[in-house]
Parts: sequence; structure tokens; C-alpha cells
Amino acid sequence: MLRATLKSLLARKLRLILSTLAVVLSVMFVSGSLVLTDTLGRTFDNVFSNIYSYTDVQVSAKSETADAASGNSSAILPVPASDVARIEKIDGVRKATGSVFVSGARVIGKNGKVVISQSGQFGGSWTGEDELTKLISGRAPSAPDEIVINNGLAKQAKFAVGDPVDIIARAEARKTYKVVGIMQYAGNRDSMAGETTVLFTEATAQQVMLGETDVFNVIDVKGKDGVTDNQLRDNIKAALGPKYTVQTGDELSKASSEAIRGLLKYFNYFFLGFGTIALLVGVFLILNTFSIIVSQRTQELALLRAMGASRWQIIRSVLIEALLIGTVGSLFGFLVGMGLGAAGASAFTSLAKMDSAGLGLPVAAIVTSFTIGILVTMISAVLPAIKAARVAPIAAMRDAATTDKPLTGITIGGGVVTAVGVGSLSWGLAGAGDATLLLVFGGVLLTLIGVALLAPLISRPLVAGLGSVFSWSVPGKLGRRNSSRNPRRTAITAGAVMVGIAIITMISTIFSSLSTAIGESVEKDLQADLIVYGQQTSDVPPIIQPDELKQIKALPQLQTVASVTYDVVSLNGKQDFVLAYDDVPAVITVLKLHPVAGRIDHIDSGEFTVDEKTAKERKYTVGSTIQVTFAKGQTKTLTLVGITNSTSNGNGVVVSNTDAQAGFTFPQPIQALVKAKDGVAVDDAKAAVEGVLKNNPEVSVQTKKELVGSSQQQFDVALVIVQVLLFIALGISVLGVINTLLLSVIERTRELGMLRAIGLRRRQTWSMVTIESVVITLFGTVLGLVVGAGLGAATVTALKSVIGFGAVTLPWGYMIAYIIGAVIVGAVAGLIPAIRAVRLNVLNAIAYE
Amino acid sequence: MTASVATRTEVAAKAVDVWKIYGTGEAQVHALGGVSVELEKGHFTAIMGPSGSGKSTLMHCLAGLDAVSRGEVYIGDSKITGLSDRGLTNLRRTKVGFIFQQFNLLPTLTAEENILLPLSISGRKPDQAWFDTVIETVGLRDRLKHRPSQLSGGQQQRVACARALVSRPEVIFADEPTGNLDSRSGAEVLSFLRNSVRDFGQTIVMVTHDPNAASYADRVIFLADGHIVDELHAPTADAVLDRLKRLDKAV
Repeated sequence: MLRATLKSLLARKLRLILSTLAVVLSVMFVSGSLVLTDTLGRTFDNVFSNIYSYTDVQVSAKSETADAASGNSSAILPVPASDVARIEKIDGVRKATGSVFVSGARVIGKNGKVVISQSGQFGGSWTGEDELTKLISGRAPSAPDEIVINNGLAKQAKFAVGDPVDIIARAEARKTYKVVGIMQYAGNRDSMAGETTVLFTEATAQQVMLGETDVFNVIDVKGKDGVTDNQLRDNIKAALGPKYTVQTGDELSKASSEAIRGLLKYFNYFFLGFGTIALLVGVFLILNTFSIIVSQRTQELALLRAMGASRWQIIRSVLIEALLIGTVGSLFGFLVGMGLGAAGASAFTSLAKMDSAGLGLPVAAIVTSFTIGILVTMISAVLPAIKAARVAPIAAMRDAATTDKPLTGITIGGGVVTAVGVGSLSWGLAGAGDATLLLVFGGVLLTLIGVALLAPLISRPLVAGLGSVFSWSVPGKLGRRNSSRNPRRTAITAGAVMVGIAIITMISTIFSSLSTAIGESVEKDLQADLIVYGQQTSDVPPIIQPDELKQIKALPQLQTVASVTYDVVSLNGKQDFVLAYDDVPAVITVLKLHPVAGRIDHIDSGEFTVDEKTAKERKYTVGSTIQVTFAKGQTKTLTLVGITNSTSNGNGVVVSNTDAQAGFTFPQPIQALVKAKDGVAVDDAKAAVEGVLKNNPEVSVQTKKELVGSSQQQFDVALVIVQVLLFIALGISVLGVINTLLLSVIERTRELGMLRAIGLRRRQTWSMVTIESVVITLFGTVLGLVVGAGLGAATVTALKSVIGFGAVTLPWGYMIAYIIGAVIVGAVAGLIPAIRAVRLNVLNAIAYE
Repeated sequence: MTASVATRTEVAAKAVDVWKIYGTGEAQVHALGGVSVELEKGHFTAIMGPSGSGKSTLMHCLAGLDAVSRGEVYIGDSKITGLSDRGLTNLRRTKVGFIFQQFNLLPTLTAEENILLPLSISGRKPDQAWFDTVIETVGLRDRLKHRPSQLSGGQQQRVACARALVSRPEVIFADEPTGNLDSRSGAEVLSFLRNSVRDFGQTIVMVTHDPNAASYADRVIFLADGHIVDELHAPTADAVLDRLKRLDKAV
């Protein structure tokens, strides 16, 4: 029996390759993403263990607002310089060195733009050469305007010793410094992970990076010989008390790399999402392939049954085929995925200028790849296997004319599954707490399966309708009729196309609705003509310098200028964003605010206002109090004095400017909303503001229209990325179309021969097969578009109450592109089968002797 | 058509010293060994012979379905040996009709659409009067809207005959047209073929191994081992059977 299975498997090489390819593609994404994140994870581990390899113990102030796990350093608390002496007296301490090293030193390159680094822009104090750092040219900084830079920055921005360099420091406006030295890290590294580093004298670093004198942000501690790092840490902890964070080098490196690994998780989700879609489409393809194999083997199977093979043996033989295909597909998928993962990782590390940790063989990737690949293949083969077992021995004696079974059962089943799917989806979207995501996901999945089951029924009228487009020619008519000949097979083939198109149309619908909604709300709620802000590229927001703001306010072309700043605080023990305005009445005008309760025209220290929606959510009323711990450490009790209407631009807690100046990490304005005087053209006003900002490379001015455009742009980018998904999904479903058509051509050999014998030209044969292919692909696409748009519209409508947008905008451009794409893909998929049909030997096709 | 009835000596198709050789060297098989034959216009010719005698090969070569190894084949006045696929397709569109043992109708088309298929493939308009004549002759008037699966075997083969006739080819090649039919349906189809020769002057070449079927023909050509070994004019079933028995003994 096994021999027979293997023989029949080998006899169908092409089909074998196609279905194996489906498994390969699905598994590829899973293993690729796992290998990629594993490699990057270990790369970051190496970086951090390098950074902290010479650190015994590090002391810093404990922050209330910073999230230690995410390494969010926007709130940096200084420790007084006197702590260094205090720590040196602690038992086991050999030496304590205070230093400044924080992000937010933005170096302006020779082109006038900020030197971009994805890994951070650090500024700190020069603490002398040690095991980790050494000067490779020049000398240490000694004057306030002298700096040492890392060799990575020197190479990237082409700075040499003696060059003047402009820097916007964390706590200082743009200023010119002079490079006096260039340094490298141990092991001749130009940087740790591609970051840029500027080191000032200690006093300058304290001033420009922390904004205070006689403070550090970290104190490095070296232990005496014989004292372990853990002992040292415990001693210091006991001596300093709970207001300090004391960590060993190992702990620091672990914490930092865990934070990165947390981010890499999202990477993983993204690629696993691709993998899931690929798998879904793959299931259809594998199911289709096995159904085809079984129906082709009907006579062979019947013969086996007639010779005494049991049903179970038949099922087993099909499942063994599936096992083999699954295993081989998983193996190749895993290998290709590993290659892709490695390529992705090396692209990432070279882009980030990091040393790759090298390719690993994560056990999780191997196990997941093979489990998924084999399981999915075998599960998909179960139904065809059962069908195979039902073949009656008598079928061996008959000409394998498969009669069309009625579609009643499958249609009822499809109806029920679709109903359950839609029900689950609407339940999930109506809000079901923790189960929401599961219900929505399950609902989408069930709806897709249900529609796929309904597809044979729908295929009859729809395929006829679609095909009538091609009916002007005889081959077109024949092709169209052929595509509705076997509704089940057409439906399952089109089903694979449908799944991909539906998911992508759904996502595109949601994104384009969001994009429209955002554009509309900006239009509606924002009175400002100009918005001044910068694209944030690091954890330090681009800042409008106070004197720049002053100059803008003095511009004669402008009527109102309101600045906004925000920061992360701990609000009643939870992390939250709070806003502050320098000129409350101006903001009220520009954002079209009006009081709903209390007063909103001014906010004094110890007071706050909030918008209506937030107030409702948090059950605040005028007079409510909240506990806010600011980034700089002080905790205040604030009282609600007024509630405003909710807008799309500035919802949340607004504190007084006084409190913000005292407590925010960056009290400087981050955004400015500008209204031009009547009669002044927006472009003139813009030019005037640009004149003021010409020395600030981070901040720019946008008109309201440009703002709408740029806030929509991110969705457009997301939409484009989603289209990549389409290519993958379509790529796999094309395999299914090829598969089905090849079978059709083989099954209809005699028919094709007859048609050729009565005068059908090769070209006409070609177009007949191609049109069948195009009609099947189009059917799947149209079904997918309808289902996807429906699911997307349902999601958008359901989210109306949550996010505040409700108008459904269908991505017409993309939808039309999908249809055009489907025609092309269909024609391409028909290529191999068409060539086969054209090459058919007429004589062989009709001869029976 | 009446003109062709009058000039009975005209040739509809002919083979001149046709050889068909399969394989090379030791494994060489001579399916046809220098066959020359002329098939007269307006005649119903049957080709007979035991299995492996080369009768189907001869027909395939005459119809331009198979290339000959040596020799020449003509349909009417035109030589078809060496024609390209395009030329052969044109030939099939205008000069040749086929009837197969397996009927070979398209299941997706109705009887009428099947009959008109050769014309629609080549983009020609049917001659309504001729179409009606053909339909009356095959007796399918009330079955035109049916699909092949709704027709009996005999009806399906009659549709196939109508399909071959409707484009008025110079020659119709029929390959065991009654092989898949019971004797009554077979007789219907055969008399219909004979009638179309008699009434319309149609030329038909039929391969068969059934002496009874051959008795409907005007002339029977006997093949054995790739050679024409005998022929009969205005045969009866018994005469054909008799010749076949002698052939069997000879082989």
C-alpha cells in the first residue's frame, strides 16, 4: 500500500511541486520571522553586554514616571554630585565616578540637517579614557565649548578634529562647539550600536544635557577585589535607601536587551501575520490539490478497494501523501525562511551599523515550522482522504465520470458558518471586553470559511455574469462555460484568491476610512492656519526654542500664537500624557474650545481642565482632584476647574503652565498653533515663521492643508505596506489556479483534441484556457472585494463610538487595482496550462486505440 | 452539390505512396508501407482490417491529423503534406469534418451550439436553409436546446454527424462512429450517413471493424500489415465477413 502511495505521488510531480510550494511559502514566513528576531535579539544582547561589561554597579535616581521596562529615558532624574563622595564611603566600594550620559544631543551635520541615528543621539560628560573608551585622535575637552565625539559620528558626518559643530543639546538651544578629540570603544568599535555620541566637559554636560549644575544622572561604582557585584549592589542599596536605582552591570544589560526584545516582539507579530494569511490561503490550496489528486485517482482507488483495501487504508494512503508533502514543504520552507531571516537581520544590522551576532538555529523556529507545516497539510488533507475512502469498488469498472453532487448540503453549511461568523464579529465589535479580539478574529475567519462554502452556489450566477464580458468570442464563451463546469472546484480555487483579497480589502477599508476621518477632523476642529512642530526621531521631542517662540509672537503678520507642550506623568499612579498651554485663551480660539462645565479661560497652578469625553470616561466632575507626579519628581494634587468640549486635536488633562515649567522634562513648547491676521495670505505668514525658524533644523512650519496631508501620509504608507501582503496571498493562490487549470486541461484532453480537429486555432485554444483562468481569478477577487469591504465597513462602523470616526471610505483606487491585478494574475496563471493545451497532440487526444 | 453527384469520378482525397514508420532501428514498425489510394467524391468508403492493420493510421494521415513519414496526401486538389499547423487548421475549418467513436461533444454547450461550433470557431455564419435540412435529416428538431448529458448515445452521435455536415466539408472522416452504440442506434446513424452521401453528394470515409457497418458503404478497402490487400464495391455484410475471414487466415 505504501509503495502504491509513493508511486502515485511521484507520478504527479507537477502537482506535487505546486502543493509543496504552498507549504513552503506559508512556513517560510513563520521561520523567517523567528530567525530574524532571534538573530536581532542576540545582536542586541551582545551590544548591551559590551556596554556594561566594565560596569560593576550603577546608581541612578529612581523615576516615578519612567517606565523601567521600556527603558523610556525621557524623564531623567539627576543625582546630586555630593552622592559620589557618599557612595565612595560605602563598604566594598573602591571607586565611584559620576557622569552624565543621556540622549538628546542633536548634532547638526554639514548639510544643515540633524545627523540621524536610529540607535540614539547621546550627549554626556568626558570622564577620561578607561577600559571601554579611548581617544584615537586629538585630546580631552577642557574648555566649555570643546567636545569629543565618537568615531562613528565623525565618519557619518565627516567631522575631523578642529571642526566647528552645531549641537542642540537636551537643555540648551543651538550652539557651536569645537571637536577636539575623537574616541573609540574597546575592540576598535566606532559605536556600540550605531548611535552618535558627543562628550562635553563635566560642567558643560551638566549644564546643557541636564540643565542643572553639580548633578549627574549615573554614578558608576567599582568594587574592591573580592567583593561580588551583587554584594556591592546590596551594600549600596542599603546605604542609599529606596530613592535610588542600584543595578549591577549584568542586570543593566539584561534589562536593556529585554526592552529591545519587547520591541522585537512586534516585528514578530507583523511577520507572523503574513504567515497566518499565507497559511490560510495555503489551506485552500492544499485542500484543492488533494481533492484533485483524489478525483484523478478515483479509478485507481476503486481498483485498490476492489482488491480488498479497507477504507482506513485508503485514508491512510492519502494522509501519508500529506505527511510527505508537509514534511518536505516544511523543510524547504524552514530553510528558505532561515535564509530570508538571516538576510533581513544582516540588512538591519548593517543599516544600524551594528555587529551581527551571526545566524542562529532557534529551536523554536524548527519546532514551529515543522509543526505548522505538517499539521496544516494533514488537516487540509483529511476531507479529501474521507472522500477517497468513499469511492466505491464499482467505480473501477466505470469510466470515471464524476457526477455533480447537489450543492444543498454545502450551501446550508456555508450559510450557517457565515451567520455564526458575522454574529461573532458583531458581538466582538460591539465590545465584549477581553474576548473582543478573539471574537473579531474568529468572526472574520468563520465568515471567510462560510463564504468559501457558499462560493459554489454563488459561482453559478456570478461566473456567468463576469464571463459574459468575454462572450464576444467563441473561445471566450467556451472558457467562461468551462469555468462554471465544476462549481466546487472553481469555488475552492477562487476561495484561495478570495481570502487574500478579502483580508487586504478589509484592512485597506479601515485605513482609508481612518485617513479620511483624520483629515476631516483636522479641518473641522482646527482654526489655526499654521502649525509649527518637528518630526520626532528620538525620545527627545523637537523643541521650539523660547526665543524663537518670542520672535514668532512678535511677527506682524500673525494674530494668535499658542504653544503646546506635553509630557508623561504619573497620574493617580498610572502613566499618562498631560498637556500644558502657554496662552490658554489663544488655544481656546484656535482649537474652538468652549466650556461645558466650570471655567476654562485660565488655569492656575494646582488646577487642571479636561475635555468632556475624558471627563466622562474617568468620572471627573468640576472639583475632582487628581495626584500627579511630574517627571522631575514632585507630586502635586490638582483640582478640576473646567470641562471643555472634546476635539480631535487636544483631548486629555491640561495642567497649568506654571506646573509644567516646574515639573516637565521639556517645558519648552513642542508645538505652536498659529493664526494669521485677516488679510495676510497663509503662504506669507508661513514664510515669515520659516524665517524665524531657519536656525532650527528640527522644527518646521506646515499649513493646515499640509498637516492634513502629512497626517494622512502615515496611513498611505501603511496602506502600501499592506499591499505587500496582497502579493504574497495572490502568489500562493495563483498556484491553486494553475493547479485547477492543469487538471482541467488534462481532464478535457479529448475535448481539446476534438476542438482542434474541427478547426480551433492554437491562439484560440490559448485564449480559451486563459479566459477560464481569468474568470476564476476574477470571481475570487470580486467575492473577496465584497466580503472584505463588508467586513471593513462593519469594523469602521463598530469603532465609531470608540475612536470617533464612522464614515466608511472604500479604497476605490486599490479595489480597481485589485481587479486589474486579478486579470493579469489570472492570465499569468493560465500560462502553463495554456501552453500545455496548445501543445496538445490532436491525434493522441482523440485516438482511443 | 448536384454537380458533384454528376461527376462521380472526381477525387475527394488521395494518398500517394504513403509510408508511416514508428520508432527507429530494431524497434521500427511499418504502420503503413507505401499505400496509394483514391477516394472518389460523393462516395461512402469504408476502411477495414484487423487490429494493427493500419486502418486508423491511414485515416489519420488522410485527414491531416498525423504526419506521414514518406509520400503525399491530397484533399481535393491541394496537397496537405508538409502544411503548418495554421494551414492544417484552415484545412480542418473548410475541407474536413470529423465524427468520433466517443461523440466528443462539449458538455457545456447545447446540441444546437455543438452543431454550429465549427462555424462559430472559424467565425462563419450558418446557412439557415442548409442547417434546417441537416437538422431534419438527423431528426433532432425537438432536441436542439438539450445538453449532451440529456441525450441518448444515438442522439449524441447524430448531433456529432450534424456538426460534421453543417460546414459542408469536402470529406467527412468517421472513426468507428458506431463503436459505442447499440445496434439499433448504430443502424440509424449509418443510414443517415448513407443518405447524406446519396442525397447531398457528401464524401464520407469511415474506419470500422464491423462488417455490418461496412455494408452501408459504396466501397470497402481492406488493409493488412500496412498494405491495401483487397477491396469490394457495393458490399453486403456477408461478403465483407467472408473477405475478413480470408484475411485472418492469410495473416
